[in-house]
Amino acid sequence: MTVDPQTKTGGNLILEVENISLSFGAVRAIEDVSFSVIEGEILAIIGPNGAGKTSMLNVINGFYHPQEGQIQFGGEVRRQMRPYQAARGGIARTFQNVALFKGMTTLDNIMTGRNLKMNRWATNIFAAAFYVGPTRREEMRHREYAERVIDFLEIQAIRKTPVGRLPYGLQKRVELGRALAAEPTLLLLDEPMAGMNLEEKQDMCRYVLDVNDEFGTTVALIEHDMGVVMDISDRVVVLDYGRKIAEGTPDEIKSNQAVIDAYLGTTASSATA
Amino acid sequence: MEVLHAVFAAPFLDMADDPVFFLEVVIGGLMSGVMYSLVALGFVLIFKASGIFNFSQGVLALFAALTLVGLMTGTMPFSLQKVLPEFPPIIAIALTILVMIGIAFLIERIVLRPLVNQSDMITFMSTIGIAFVLEGVGDTMWGSDVKVLDIGIPSGNWVIGEMYIQIFDLWATAIAGILVIVLAVFFQKTRTGRALRAVADDHQAALSVGIPLKTIWVVVWSVAGLVALVGGIMWGSKSGVQFSLSLIALRALPVLIIGGLTSIPGAIIGGLIIGVGEKVSEVYWGPLVNGAIENWFAYILALIVLLFRPQGLFGEKIIERV
Repeated sequence: MTVDPQTKTGGNLILEVENISLSFGAVRAIEDVSFSVIEGEILAIIGPNGAGKTSMLNVINGFYHPQEGQIQFGGEVRRQMRPYQAARGGIARTFQNVALFKGMTTLDNIMTGRNLKMNRWATNIFAAAFYVGPTRREEMRHREYAERVIDFLEIQAIRKTPVGRLPYGLQKRVELGRALAAEPTLLLLDEPMAGMNLEEKQDMCRYVLDVNDEFGTTVALIEHDMGVVMDISDRVVVLDYGRKIAEGTPDEIKSNQAVIDAYLGTTASSATA
Repeated sequence: MEVLHAVFAAPFLDMADDPVFFLEVVIGGLMSGVMYSLVALGFVLIFKASGIFNFSQGVLALFAALTLVGLMTGTMPFSLQKVLPEFPPIIAIALTILVMIGIAFLIERIVLRPLVNQSDMITFMSTIGIAFVLEGVGDTMWGSDVKVLDIGIPSGNWVIGEMYIQIFDLWATAIAGILVIVLAVFFQKTRTGRALRAVADDHQAALSVGIPLKTIWVVVWSVAGLVALVGGIMWGSKSGVQFSLSLIALRALPVLIIGGLTSIPGAIIGGLIIGVGEKVSEVYWGPLVNGAIENWFAYILALIVLLFRPQGLFGEKIIERV
Protein backbone atom coordinates (compact mmCIF):
# COMPACT_ATOMS: atom_id res chain seq x y z
CA MET A 1 0.00 0.00 0.00
CA THR A 2 1.29 3.42 -0.81
CA VAL A 3 0.88 6.21 1.68
CA ASP A 4 0.20 9.66 0.37
CA PRO A 5 2.58 11.82 2.43
CA GLN A 6 0.23 14.80 2.27
CA THR A 7 -2.95 13.24 3.52
CA LYS A 8 -1.64 9.94 4.89
CA THR A 9 -4.54 8.20 3.14
CA GLY A 10 -3.81 4.72 1.95
CA GLY A 11 -2.06 3.76 5.20
CA ASN A 12 -3.08 0.86 7.38
CA LEU A 13 -6.32 1.17 9.27
CA ILE A 14 -5.69 1.12 13.00
CA LEU A 15 -9.31 1.36 14.07
CA GLU A 16 -12.54 0.75 12.21
CA VAL A 17 -15.86 1.74 13.66
CA GLU A 18 -18.68 0.06 11.78
CA ASN A 19 -22.37 0.96 11.88
CA ILE A 20 -22.32 1.93 15.53
CA SER A 21 -25.66 2.84 17.11
CA LEU A 22 -25.94 3.83 20.74
CA SER A 23 -29.02 4.90 22.63
CA PHE A 24 -29.84 5.75 26.21
CA GLY A 25 -33.45 4.74 26.64
CA ALA A 26 -35.32 6.59 23.91
CA VAL A 27 -32.48 9.00 23.20
CA ARG A 28 -30.44 8.06 20.18
CA ALA A 29 -26.95 9.37 20.88
CA ILE A 30 -25.25 7.79 17.88
CA GLU A 31 -26.99 6.41 14.81
CA ASP A 32 -25.29 4.11 12.37
CA VAL A 33 -21.91 5.82 12.32
CA SER A 34 -18.94 4.29 10.53
CA PHE A 35 -15.48 5.66 10.03
CA SER A 36 -11.92 4.52 10.29
CA VAL A 37 -8.71 5.85 11.71
CA ILE A 38 -5.57 5.49 9.60
CA GLU A 39 -2.28 4.66 11.24
CA GLY A 40 -0.18 7.75 11.86
CA GLU A 41 -2.82 10.36 11.13
CA ILE A 42 -4.46 13.05 13.20
CA LEU A 43 -8.20 12.66 12.86
CA ALA A 44 -10.53 15.35 14.15
CA ILE A 45 -14.11 14.59 15.13
CA ILE A 46 -16.17 17.75 15.07
CA GLY A 47 -19.82 18.69 15.33
CA PRO A 48 -22.20 20.97 17.22
CA ASN A 49 -22.94 20.40 20.90
CA GLY A 50 -24.76 17.14 21.55
CA ALA A 51 -23.69 15.64 18.24
CA GLY A 52 -22.40 12.49 19.94
CA LYS A 53 -18.67 13.15 19.72
CA THR A 54 -17.81 12.31 23.31
CA SER A 55 -20.20 9.33 23.22
CA MET A 56 -18.23 8.11 20.21
CA LEU A 57 -14.94 8.30 22.13
CA ASN A 58 -16.58 6.52 25.06
CA VAL A 59 -17.67 3.72 22.73
CA ILE A 60 -14.15 3.37 21.32
CA ASN A 61 -12.62 3.29 24.76
CA GLY A 62 -15.23 0.92 26.19
CA PHE A 63 -17.09 3.16 28.64
CA TYR A 64 -20.30 2.90 26.59
CA HIS A 65 -21.53 -0.27 25.00
CA PRO A 66 -23.31 0.31 21.69
CA GLN A 67 -26.47 -1.64 20.88
CA GLU A 68 -25.45 -2.17 17.28
CA GLY A 69 -22.34 -2.25 15.18
CA GLN A 70 -18.81 -3.41 15.78
CA ILE A 71 -15.34 -2.09 16.41
CA GLN A 72 -12.22 -3.41 14.78
CA PHE A 73 -9.05 -2.66 16.64
CA GLY A 74 -5.66 -4.32 16.77
CA GLY A 75 -6.71 -7.11 14.43
CA GLU A 76 -9.75 -8.06 16.51
CA VAL A 77 -13.40 -7.45 15.80
CA ARG A 78 -15.51 -6.73 18.85
CA ARG A 79 -19.16 -5.97 19.43
CA GLN A 80 -18.10 -3.77 22.29
CA MET A 81 -14.88 -2.70 23.94
CA ARG A 82 -14.11 -2.98 27.63
CA PRO A 83 -12.04 -0.19 29.21
CA TYR A 84 -9.41 -2.68 30.31
CA GLN A 85 -9.12 -4.25 26.84
CA ALA A 86 -8.89 -0.82 25.27
CA ALA A 87 -6.09 0.23 27.61
CA ARG A 88 -4.33 -3.10 27.11
CA GLY A 89 -4.58 -2.71 23.34
CA GLY A 90 -2.88 0.67 23.46
CA ILE A 91 -5.75 3.15 23.51
CA ALA A 92 -5.12 6.03 25.90
CA ARG A 93 -7.36 9.02 26.36
CA THR A 94 -7.96 12.33 28.03
CA PHE A 95 -11.29 13.70 29.19
CA GLN A 96 -13.36 16.75 28.39
CA ASN A 97 -13.51 17.90 31.98
CA VAL A 98 -10.05 16.78 33.13
CA ALA A 99 -10.20 13.52 35.09
CA LEU A 100 -6.94 13.54 36.99
CA PHE A 101 -6.21 12.00 40.37
CA LYS A 102 -6.40 15.33 42.17
CA GLY A 103 -4.80 14.38 45.45
CA MET A 104 -1.77 12.83 43.76
CA THR A 105 1.29 14.65 42.44
CA THR A 106 2.01 15.24 38.77
CA LEU A 107 4.62 12.51 38.84
CA ASP A 108 2.28 10.00 40.49
CA ASN A 109 -0.44 10.80 37.98
CA ILE A 110 1.92 10.15 35.11
CA MET A 111 3.18 6.98 36.79
CA THR A 112 -0.39 5.61 36.86
CA GLY A 113 -0.20 5.87 33.07
CA ARG A 114 2.62 3.30 33.27
CA ASN A 115 0.30 0.94 35.14
CA LEU A 116 -0.08 -1.61 32.37
CA LYS A 117 3.56 -1.40 31.31
CA MET A 118 4.88 -2.47 34.68
CA ASN A 119 5.95 -6.03 35.19
CA ARG A 120 3.17 -7.80 37.06
CA TRP A 121 5.44 -10.23 38.76
CA ALA A 122 7.86 -7.66 40.11
CA THR A 123 5.06 -5.45 41.39
CA ASN A 124 2.67 -8.02 42.82
CA ILE A 125 1.15 -7.04 46.13
CA PHE A 126 3.28 -9.26 48.28
CA ALA A 127 6.57 -8.10 46.79
CA ALA A 128 5.29 -4.54 46.78
CA ALA A 129 4.31 -4.65 50.44
CA PHE A 130 7.96 -5.15 51.33
CA TYR A 131 9.35 -3.05 48.48
CA VAL A 132 12.06 -5.59 47.70
CA GLY A 133 14.72 -5.38 44.98
CA PRO A 134 12.77 -6.28 41.83
CA THR A 135 9.90 -3.99 42.81
CA ARG A 136 12.28 -1.13 43.38
CA ARG A 137 14.13 -1.69 40.09
CA GLU A 138 10.87 -1.89 38.16
CA GLU A 139 9.75 1.34 39.81
CA MET A 140 12.99 3.08 38.78
CA ARG A 141 12.75 1.89 35.19
CA HIS A 142 9.28 3.35 34.78
CA ARG A 143 10.15 6.46 36.70
CA GLU A 144 12.71 7.09 33.96
CA TYR A 145 10.07 6.95 31.25
CA ALA A 146 7.76 9.17 33.28
CA GLU A 147 10.55 11.72 33.55
CA ARG A 148 10.95 11.65 29.77
CA VAL A 149 7.26 12.46 29.38
CA ILE A 150 7.64 15.24 31.93
CA ASP A 151 10.58 16.71 30.00
CA PHE A 152 8.70 16.43 26.73
CA LEU A 153 5.73 18.36 28.10
CA GLU A 154 7.96 20.85 29.91
CA ILE A 155 6.31 20.34 33.28
CA GLN A 156 9.45 19.65 35.33
CA ALA A 157 8.68 22.46 37.72
CA ILE A 158 5.38 20.96 38.90
CA ARG A 159 6.61 17.39 39.23
CA LYS A 160 5.81 17.17 42.95
CA THR A 161 2.76 19.42 43.05
CA PRO A 162 -0.61 17.81 43.80
CA VAL A 163 -2.50 18.36 40.55
CA GLY A 164 -5.57 19.69 42.33
CA ARG A 165 -3.60 22.87 42.94
CA LEU A 166 -2.55 23.44 39.32
CA PRO A 167 -4.24 25.87 36.96
CA TYR A 168 -6.55 24.35 34.39
CA GLY A 169 -4.20 24.63 31.41
CA LEU A 170 -1.47 22.71 33.23
CA GLN A 171 -3.92 20.07 34.43
CA LYS A 172 -4.81 19.41 30.81
CA ARG A 173 -1.13 19.00 30.05
CA VAL A 174 -0.63 16.56 32.93
CA GLU A 175 -3.59 14.57 31.69
CA LEU A 176 -1.97 14.37 28.26
CA GLY A 177 1.19 13.24 30.02
CA ARG A 178 -0.64 10.43 31.79
CA ALA A 179 -2.02 9.25 28.45
CA LEU A 180 1.42 9.46 26.80
CA ALA A 181 3.06 7.51 29.60
CA ALA A 182 1.11 4.46 28.46
CA GLU A 183 2.95 4.60 25.11
CA PRO A 184 -0.36 4.42 23.28
CA THR A 185 -0.82 3.39 19.67
CA LEU A 186 -4.03 5.39 19.52
CA LEU A 187 -4.49 8.55 21.52
CA LEU A 188 -8.01 9.88 22.06
CA LEU A 189 -8.21 13.53 23.08
CA ASP A 190 -11.54 14.96 24.17
CA GLU A 191 -11.37 18.72 23.63
CA PRO A 192 -7.70 19.09 24.57
CA MET A 193 -7.81 22.87 24.06
CA ALA A 194 -11.13 23.72 25.64
CA GLY A 195 -10.97 26.70 27.97
CA MET A 196 -7.38 27.55 27.14
CA ASN A 197 -5.98 30.91 26.15
CA LEU A 198 -4.25 31.42 22.82
CA GLU A 199 -0.77 30.72 24.10
CA GLU A 200 -1.81 27.52 25.87
CA LYS A 201 -3.61 26.40 22.75
CA GLN A 202 -0.51 26.92 20.65
CA ASP A 203 1.56 24.90 23.11
CA MET A 204 -0.99 22.10 23.14
CA CYS A 205 -1.10 22.05 19.31
CA ARG A 206 2.65 21.78 19.26
CA TYR A 207 2.62 18.83 21.69
CA VAL A 208 -0.05 17.00 19.71
CA LEU A 209 1.85 17.51 16.45
CA ASP A 210 5.14 16.46 18.08
CA VAL A 211 3.62 13.33 19.56
CA ASN A 212 2.25 12.46 16.17
CA ASP A 213 5.53 13.25 14.39
CA GLU A 214 8.14 11.92 16.74
CA PHE A 215 6.42 8.87 18.22
CA GLY A 216 4.19 8.15 15.25
CA THR A 217 1.22 8.01 17.60
CA THR A 218 -2.14 8.06 15.87
CA VAL A 219 -4.40 10.76 17.30
CA ALA A 220 -8.18 11.08 17.23
CA LEU A 221 -9.37 14.31 18.80
CA ILE A 222 -12.54 16.22 19.43
CA GLU A 223 -12.19 19.97 19.16
CA HIS A 224 -14.41 23.00 18.81
CA ASP A 225 -11.80 25.52 17.72
CA MET A 226 -12.07 25.34 13.93
CA GLY A 227 -8.77 27.15 13.41
CA VAL A 228 -7.00 24.42 15.40
CA VAL A 229 -8.87 21.62 13.67
CA MET A 230 -8.09 22.91 10.19
CA ASP A 231 -4.43 23.48 11.06
CA ILE A 232 -3.43 20.24 12.69
CA SER A 233 -5.69 17.48 11.44
CA ASP A 234 -5.14 15.29 8.41
CA ARG A 235 -8.77 14.29 8.13
CA VAL A 236 -12.03 15.40 9.70
CA VAL A 237 -15.21 13.48 10.55
CA VAL A 238 -18.30 15.59 11.16
CA LEU A 239 -21.16 14.39 13.36
CA ASP A 240 -24.54 16.05 13.78
CA TYR A 241 -27.46 14.69 15.85
CA GLY A 242 -25.63 11.38 16.19
CA ARG A 243 -25.13 10.88 12.45
CA LYS A 244 -22.05 11.26 10.36
CA ILE A 245 -22.70 14.02 7.86
CA ALA A 246 -19.28 14.39 6.28
CA GLU A 247 -15.75 13.02 6.21
CA GLY A 248 -12.69 14.30 4.37
CA THR A 249 -9.67 16.57 4.40
CA PRO A 250 -9.99 19.92 6.19
CA ASP A 251 -10.32 21.69 2.83
CA GLU A 252 -13.13 19.43 1.68
CA ILE A 253 -14.93 19.94 4.99
CA LYS A 254 -14.66 23.73 4.81
CA SER A 255 -16.62 23.80 1.59
CA ASN A 256 -19.08 21.01 2.43
CA GLN A 257 -22.65 22.33 2.30
CA ALA A 258 -24.03 19.83 4.84
CA VAL A 259 -21.41 20.91 7.38
CA ILE A 260 -22.09 24.58 6.84
CA ASP A 261 -25.80 23.89 7.32
CA ALA A 262 -25.20 21.96 10.51
CA TYR A 263 -23.14 24.75 12.02
CA LEU A 264 -25.10 27.75 10.83
CA GLY A 265 -28.58 26.27 10.50
CA THR A 266 -30.27 25.66 7.16
CA THR A 267 -32.18 28.90 7.01
CA ALA A 268 -29.14 30.99 7.87
CA SER A 269 -27.11 29.44 5.07
CA SER A 270 -29.86 29.90 2.51
CA ALA A 271 -30.19 33.52 3.61
CA THR A 272 -26.52 34.18 3.06
CA ALA A 273 -26.52 32.33 -0.24
CA MET B 1 -12.42 28.49 95.65
CA GLU B 2 -12.06 24.98 96.91
CA VAL B 3 -13.54 23.64 93.69
CA LEU B 4 -11.14 25.67 91.58
CA HIS B 5 -8.24 24.40 93.63
CA ALA B 6 -9.38 20.82 93.25
CA VAL B 7 -9.74 21.14 89.47
CA PHE B 8 -6.86 23.37 88.49
CA ALA B 9 -4.20 22.96 91.15
CA ALA B 10 -4.43 19.74 93.11
CA PRO B 11 -4.04 17.34 90.17
CA PHE B 12 -0.88 19.07 88.98
CA LEU B 13 0.52 19.07 92.50
CA ASP B 14 -0.15 15.34 92.64
CA MET B 15 1.73 14.87 89.36
CA ALA B 16 4.72 16.82 90.64
CA ASP B 17 4.60 14.94 93.92
CA ASP B 18 5.14 11.53 92.40
CA PRO B 19 6.72 11.95 88.94
CA VAL B 20 7.50 8.25 88.55
CA PHE B 21 3.86 7.35 89.00
CA PHE B 22 2.90 10.10 86.58
CA LEU B 23 5.31 8.72 84.00
CA GLU B 24 3.85 5.28 84.50
CA VAL B 25 0.36 6.63 83.86
CA VAL B 26 1.54 8.43 80.71
CA ILE B 27 3.28 5.33 79.39
CA GLY B 28 0.23 3.24 80.16
CA GLY B 29 -1.79 5.79 78.21
CA LEU B 30 0.60 5.72 75.26
CA MET B 31 0.33 1.95 75.14
CA SER B 32 -3.44 1.87 75.12
CA GLY B 33 -3.26 4.69 72.60
CA VAL B 34 -1.33 2.38 70.29
CA MET B 35 -4.22 -0.05 70.49
CA TYR B 36 -6.67 2.67 69.46
CA SER B 37 -4.36 3.67 66.65
CA LEU B 38 -4.34 0.12 65.34
CA VAL B 39 -8.10 0.16 64.93
CA ALA B 40 -8.17 3.71 63.56
CA LEU B 41 -5.56 2.72 60.97
CA GLY B 42 -7.98 0.25 59.42
CA PHE B 43 -10.51 3.04 58.89
CA VAL B 44 -7.96 5.48 57.48
CA LEU B 45 -6.55 2.95 55.04
CA ILE B 46 -9.88 2.05 53.51
CA PHE B 47 -10.93 5.67 53.41
CA LYS B 48 -7.75 6.83 51.72
CA ALA B 49 -7.76 3.99 49.26
CA SER B 50 -11.41 3.87 48.30
CA GLY B 51 -13.16 6.94 49.63
CA ILE B 52 -15.43 4.69 51.68
CA PHE B 53 -15.86 5.09 55.41
CA ASN B 54 -15.93 1.46 56.44
CA PHE B 55 -18.24 1.13 59.41
CA SER B 56 -17.61 -2.61 59.59
CA GLN B 57 -13.92 -2.30 60.49
CA GLY B 58 -14.55 -3.16 64.16
CA VAL B 59 -16.61 -6.20 63.28
CA LEU B 60 -13.93 -7.30 60.80
CA ALA B 61 -11.46 -7.24 63.71
CA LEU B 62 -13.87 -9.26 65.85
CA PHE B 63 -14.48 -11.76 63.08
CA ALA B 64 -10.75 -12.16 62.43
CA ALA B 65 -10.08 -12.78 66.12
CA LEU B 66 -12.98 -15.26 66.38
CA THR B 67 -11.73 -17.18 63.35
CA LEU B 68 -8.22 -17.26 64.75
CA VAL B 69 -9.35 -18.58 68.12
CA GLY B 70 -11.65 -21.07 66.41
CA LEU B 71 -8.80 -22.46 64.33
CA MET B 72 -6.41 -22.58 67.25
CA THR B 73 -8.85 -24.49 69.43
CA GLY B 74 -9.94 -26.80 66.61
CA THR B 75 -13.57 -25.70 66.75
CA MET B 76 -15.85 -26.89 63.97
CA PRO B 77 -17.62 -23.83 62.55
CA PHE B 78 -21.42 -23.74 63.15
CA SER B 79 -21.50 -26.89 65.31
CA LEU B 80 -19.11 -25.46 67.93
CA GLN B 81 -17.68 -28.88 68.71
CA LYS B 82 -13.98 -29.18 69.13
CA VAL B 83 -13.38 -31.94 66.61
CA LEU B 84 -10.82 -30.43 64.25
CA PRO B 85 -7.07 -30.54 64.83
CA GLU B 86 -5.72 -27.62 66.81
CA PHE B 87 -3.53 -25.46 64.60
CA PRO B 88 -0.39 -23.83 65.95
CA PRO B 89 -0.60 -20.00 65.98
CA ILE B 90 1.45 -19.36 62.82
CA ILE B 91 -0.64 -21.68 60.65
CA ALA B 92 -3.86 -20.45 62.22
CA ILE B 93 -2.87 -16.87 61.44
CA ALA B 94 -2.05 -17.77 57.84
CA LEU B 95 -5.42 -19.51 57.47
CA THR B 96 -7.20 -16.55 59.02
CA ILE B 97 -5.53 -14.25 56.49
CA LEU B 98 -6.91 -16.49 53.74
CA VAL B 99 -10.37 -16.29 55.29
CA MET B 100 -10.15 -12.47 55.41
CA ILE B 101 -9.12 -12.36 51.75
CA GLY B 102 -12.06 -14.63 50.97
CA ILE B 103 -14.35 -12.18 52.77
CA ALA B 104 -12.85 -9.35 50.68
CA PHE B 105 -13.78 -11.26 47.52
CA LEU B 106 -17.32 -11.83 48.78
CA ILE B 107 -17.78 -8.18 49.75
CA GLU B 108 -16.58 -7.02 46.33
CA ARG B 109 -18.83 -9.47 44.50
CA ILE B 110 -21.99 -9.19 46.58
CA VAL B 111 -21.92 -5.62 47.89
CA LEU B 112 -19.57 -3.31 46.01
CA ARG B 113 -19.99 -4.42 42.42
CA PRO B 114 -23.73 -3.77 42.28
CA LEU B 115 -23.10 -0.38 43.86
CA VAL B 116 -20.57 0.95 41.34
CA ASN B 117 -21.03 4.66 40.68
CA GLN B 118 -23.40 5.14 43.61
CA SER B 119 -22.72 7.98 46.00
CA ASP B 120 -20.33 7.51 48.90
CA MET B 121 -23.22 7.70 51.35
CA ILE B 122 -24.75 4.58 49.86
CA THR B 123 -21.55 2.59 50.09
CA PHE B 124 -21.19 3.81 53.68
CA MET B 125 -24.68 2.51 54.50
CA SER B 126 -23.80 -0.81 52.89
CA THR B 127 -20.82 -1.16 55.22
CA ILE B 128 -23.22 -0.85 58.18
CA GLY B 129 -25.07 -3.77 56.63
CA ILE B 130 -21.83 -5.70 56.29
CA ALA B 131 -21.13 -5.07 59.98
CA PHE B 132 -24.46 -6.60 61.07
CA VAL B 133 -24.18 -9.59 58.75
CA LEU B 134 -20.61 -10.38 59.81
CA GLU B 135 -21.49 -10.06 63.48
CA GLY B 136 -24.41 -12.46 63.04
CA VAL B 137 -22.40 -14.93 61.01
CA GLY B 138 -19.53 -14.72 63.50
CA ASP B 139 -21.97 -15.51 66.30
CA THR B 140 -23.45 -18.61 64.63
CA MET B 141 -20.10 -19.80 63.36
CA TRP B 142 -18.03 -19.56 66.49
CA GLY B 143 -20.43 -19.04 69.40
CA SER B 144 -20.88 -16.00 71.59
CA ASP B 145 -18.91 -16.93 74.70
CA VAL B 146 -15.79 -15.02 75.72
CA LYS B 147 -12.69 -16.78 74.41
CA VAL B 148 -9.09 -16.63 75.48
CA LEU B 149 -6.62 -15.80 72.74
CA ASP B 150 -2.97 -16.55 73.34
CA ILE B 151 -0.66 -16.65 70.36
CA GLY B 152 2.43 -16.55 72.48
CA ILE B 153 3.09 -12.84 72.77
CA PRO B 154 5.23 -12.57 75.91
CA SER B 155 3.52 -11.03 78.91
CA GLY B 156 4.79 -9.93 82.25
CA ASN B 157 6.36 -6.73 83.48
CA TRP B 158 9.54 -4.98 82.71
CA VAL B 159 10.85 -2.97 85.62
CA ILE B 160 12.93 0.15 85.14
CA GLY B 161 13.77 1.73 88.45
CA GLU B 162 10.41 2.02 90.15
CA MET B 163 8.43 1.86 86.92
CA TYR B 164 6.48 -1.10 85.61
CA ILE B 165 5.96 -1.48 81.88
CA GLN B 166 3.95 -4.33 80.43
CA ILE B 167 5.96 -6.28 77.89
CA PHE B 168 2.81 -7.09 75.95
CA ASP B 169 2.27 -3.38 75.36
CA LEU B 170 5.78 -3.00 74.00
CA TRP B 171 5.05 -5.77 71.54
CA ALA B 172 1.85 -4.09 70.49
CA THR B 173 3.79 -0.89 69.85
CA ALA B 174 6.44 -2.66 67.81
CA ILE B 175 3.87 -4.52 65.73
CA ALA B 176 1.87 -1.35 65.08
CA GLY B 177 5.06 0.43 64.04
CA ILE B 178 6.06 -2.25 61.55
CA LEU B 179 2.55 -2.39 60.15
CA VAL B 180 2.47 1.36 59.59
CA ILE B 181 5.85 1.47 57.84
CA VAL B 182 5.05 -1.42 55.52
CA LEU B 183 1.67 0.05 54.64
CA ALA B 184 3.02 3.55 54.10
CA VAL B 185 5.66 2.32 51.65
CA PHE B 186 3.10 0.12 49.94
CA PHE B 187 0.65 2.97 49.44
CA GLN B 188 3.15 5.65 48.46
CA LYS B 189 5.73 3.87 46.37
CA THR B 190 4.27 0.97 44.49
CA ARG B 191 2.16 0.33 41.43
CA THR B 192 -0.68 -1.25 43.39
CA GLY B 193 -0.62 1.51 45.99
CA ARG B 194 -0.81 4.13 43.31
CA ALA B 195 -3.63 2.27 41.60
CA LEU B 196 -5.51 2.21 44.91
CA ARG B 197 -5.22 5.96 45.35
CA ALA B 198 -6.15 6.49 41.70
CA VAL B 199 -9.36 4.51 42.12
CA ALA B 200 -10.24 6.52 45.21
CA ASP B 201 -9.87 9.73 43.22
CA ASP B 202 -11.62 8.98 39.95
CA HIS B 203 -13.16 5.67 38.83
CA GLN B 204 -13.41 6.54 35.16
CA ALA B 205 -9.91 7.96 34.79
CA ALA B 206 -8.57 4.89 36.58
CA LEU B 207 -10.33 2.63 34.11
CA SER B 208 -8.89 4.58 31.19
CA VAL B 209 -5.33 3.81 32.23
CA GLY B 210 -6.21 0.16 32.58
CA ILE B 211 -6.65 -0.21 36.31
CA PRO B 212 -9.13 -3.03 36.97
CA LEU B 213 -11.61 -1.76 39.59
CA LYS B 214 -12.64 -5.20 40.83
CA THR B 215 -9.13 -6.33 41.64
CA ILE B 216 -8.38 -3.06 43.40
CA TRP B 217 -11.43 -3.38 45.64
CA VAL B 218 -10.48 -6.89 46.61
CA VAL B 219 -6.99 -5.63 47.48
CA VAL B 220 -8.37 -2.76 49.54
CA TRP B 221 -10.66 -5.00 51.56
CA SER B 222 -7.98 -7.63 51.98
CA VAL B 223 -5.65 -5.01 53.42
CA ALA B 224 -8.48 -3.87 55.69
CA GLY B 225 -9.01 -7.47 56.76
CA LEU B 226 -5.31 -7.81 57.50
CA VAL B 227 -5.19 -4.67 59.62
CA ALA B 228 -8.37 -5.86 61.33
CA LEU B 229 -6.68 -9.17 62.08
CA VAL B 230 -3.72 -7.43 63.71
CA GLY B 231 -6.09 -5.20 65.72
CA GLY B 232 -8.22 -8.20 66.63
CA ILE B 233 -5.22 -10.22 67.83
CA MET B 234 -3.92 -7.39 70.00
CA TRP B 235 -7.27 -6.53 71.58
CA GLY B 236 -8.30 -10.16 71.79
CA SER B 237 -5.14 -11.21 73.62
CA LYS B 238 -5.52 -8.30 76.00
CA SER B 239 -9.17 -8.48 76.96
CA GLY B 240 -10.39 -11.79 75.52
CA VAL B 241 -12.27 -12.31 72.28
CA GLN B 242 -15.83 -11.20 72.92
CA PHE B 243 -18.53 -9.42 70.99
CA SER B 244 -17.89 -6.10 72.67
CA LEU B 245 -14.70 -6.09 70.59
CA SER B 246 -16.74 -4.76 67.69
CA LEU B 247 -17.43 -1.68 69.82
CA ILE B 248 -13.78 -0.70 69.84
CA ALA B 249 -14.66 0.72 66.44
CA LEU B 250 -16.61 3.38 68.29
CA ARG B 251 -13.51 4.10 70.34
CA ALA B 252 -11.67 4.70 67.07
CA LEU B 253 -14.11 7.36 65.87
CA PRO B 254 -12.81 10.15 68.11
CA VAL B 255 -9.28 9.11 67.15
CA LEU B 256 -10.22 9.61 63.51
CA ILE B 257 -11.82 12.97 64.17
CA ILE B 258 -8.80 14.19 66.09
CA GLY B 259 -6.19 12.81 63.72
CA GLY B 260 -8.01 13.45 60.47
CA LEU B 261 -9.68 10.79 58.37
CA THR B 262 -7.09 10.90 55.61
CA SER B 263 -3.86 10.81 57.56
CA ILE B 264 -1.95 7.72 58.65
CA PRO B 265 0.31 9.68 61.04
CA GLY B 266 -2.89 11.36 62.24
CA ALA B 267 -4.40 8.01 63.19
CA ILE B 268 -1.32 7.18 65.22
CA ILE B 269 -0.93 10.50 66.98
CA GLY B 270 -4.69 10.82 67.50
CA GLY B 271 -4.68 7.42 69.18
CA LEU B 272 -1.79 8.38 71.43
CA ILE B 273 -3.40 11.69 72.43
CA ILE B 274 -6.58 9.92 73.40
CA GLY B 275 -4.79 7.11 75.20
CA VAL B 276 -2.72 9.47 77.33
CA GLY B 277 -5.56 11.96 77.84
CA GLU B 278 -7.92 9.25 79.06
CA LYS B 279 -5.52 7.71 81.52
CA VAL B 280 -4.21 10.97 82.93
CA SER B 281 -7.64 12.51 83.33
CA GLU B 282 -9.01 9.32 84.87
CA VAL B 283 -6.27 9.07 87.44
CA TYR B 284 -5.97 12.74 88.40
CA TRP B 285 -9.40 14.22 87.76
CA GLY B 286 -11.49 11.05 88.00
CA PRO B 287 -12.01 11.12 91.77
CA LEU B 288 -13.62 14.59 91.47
CA VAL B 289 -16.55 13.20 89.51
CA ASN B 290 -16.46 9.68 90.92
CA GLY B 291 -14.52 8.27 88.00
CA ALA B 292 -15.50 6.91 84.61
CA ILE B 293 -13.94 9.87 82.78
CA GLU B 294 -12.28 7.31 80.52
CA ASN B 295 -15.62 6.51 78.93
CA TRP B 296 -16.43 9.94 77.61
CA PHE B 297 -13.14 11.84 77.56
CA ALA B 298 -12.33 10.93 73.94
CA TYR B 299 -15.67 12.16 72.64
CA ILE B 300 -15.44 15.53 74.36
CA LEU B 301 -11.94 15.98 72.98
CA ALA B 302 -13.20 15.07 69.51
CA LEU B 303 -16.00 17.64 69.80
CA ILE B 304 -13.52 20.34 70.71
CA VAL B 305 -11.31 19.46 67.74
CA LEU B 306 -14.36 19.50 65.46
CA LEU B 307 -15.14 23.04 66.57
CA PHE B 308 -11.75 24.43 65.68
CA ARG B 309 -10.32 22.12 63.01
CA PRO B 310 -13.02 20.11 61.25
CA GLN B 311 -10.53 18.31 59.00
CA GLY B 312 -8.67 17.02 62.06
CA LEU B 313 -5.17 17.86 63.19
CA PHE B 314 -3.49 16.20 60.22
CA GLY B 315 -6.28 15.80 57.67
CA GLU B 316 -6.04 17.08 54.13
CA LYS B 317 -7.37 20.55 53.75
CA ILE B 318 -10.17 20.47 51.26
CA ILE B 319 -8.86 22.25 48.18
CA GLU B 320 -11.43 23.82 45.94
CA ARG B 321 -10.69 25.98 42.94
CA VAL B 322 -13.36 28.48 42.12
